[in-house]
Amino acid sequence: MSAVIPYISKPHPVTGVTNAKFGIWLFLASEVMLFGALFSAYIVLRVGAETWPLGSEYLSVPWAFANTVVLITSSLTMVMSWAALQMNNFAKYKKYMGATVLLSFGFLIIKYIEYSAKFHHGYFPANNTFLAIYFTMTGLHGIHVLGGIIVNGYLLFPGSKMWHTEPERFAGRVECAGLYWHFVDLVWIFLFPVLYLL
Amino acid sequence: MEAHSAEEMQRHVKTYFAVYIALLVLTVATVGVSYLHTTTAMHILAAMVVALVKGSLVAAIFMHLSNEKKIIIYSLVLTVTFFVVLMLIPVLMECEIFRYLDRMVS
Repeated sequence: MSAVIPYISKPHPVTGVTNAKFGIWLFLASEVMLFGALFSAYIVLRVGAETWPLGSEYLSVPWAFANTVVLITSSLTMVMSWAALQMNNFAKYKKYMGATVLLSFGFLIIKYIEYSAKFHHGYFPANNTFLAIYFTMTGLHGIHVLGGIIVNGYLLFPGSKMWHTEPERFAGRVECAGLYWHFVDLVWIFLFPVLYLL
Repeated sequence: MEAHSAEEMQRHVKTYFAVYIALLVLTVATVGVSYLHTTTAMHILAAMVVALVKGSLVAAIFMHLSNEKKIIIYSLVLTVTFFVVLMLIPVLMECEIFRYLDRMVS
């Protein structure tokens, strides 16, 4: 190795956590503000609108409910994949991480079905402010899901080689990826009622 | 989190599954409430309370915030403070001073 990044698998003496974990939390803090700005925009648009449709007038609550279950389940399998590494069970890690990636694809497939149905009915972001904010928020969230698939897919296949050489560092990577993934789940927990149920 | 003993991890795993069940139950509850004929204000309140409980469970247990180093907690307290400011922007917009500034700009 030409350059060694310090405190990547051992906690930094000042912060008490690895630099990697502190870094991902700061990134998530910026993500809170990114999505926060959109939630704020939603309130401004809704308060300022003369009429606001009930989400279910345009959107499918059953599909969104299914997607909520899918995402919550993927959060469980994600944390279980990390727990498997803590118990030195690499085979179990692979199983749970594989399930997480599959469930993430499941989420995107359901989202694709939903979007297609909207387009088929002629519902586009340009139609009204409700659809505009719906597509903006779920679109940005969908991109985050895609990002999670890329990272988790890497940790599932090529990246998992690291377990055999630097297990502590690898477990740290899985933990950081997990923190990101739970955040994506957390955003959906708020998006679901705000867009579909209220 | 620090290194864990096997028994400790077993206990954690039980908690994870319990939280999972709680999240599913709360999801069903929030959909159920939307079918009740309540006022919009009551409905928004109920939906937000349920979402906050679900979000807190994910953050505290899945993201290990219930047992995390101070530096991360402090960073998040700062984040939440500014998040609240963001949420208050729609209210601030109604203030006279902002209306005045708005007229100045346009």
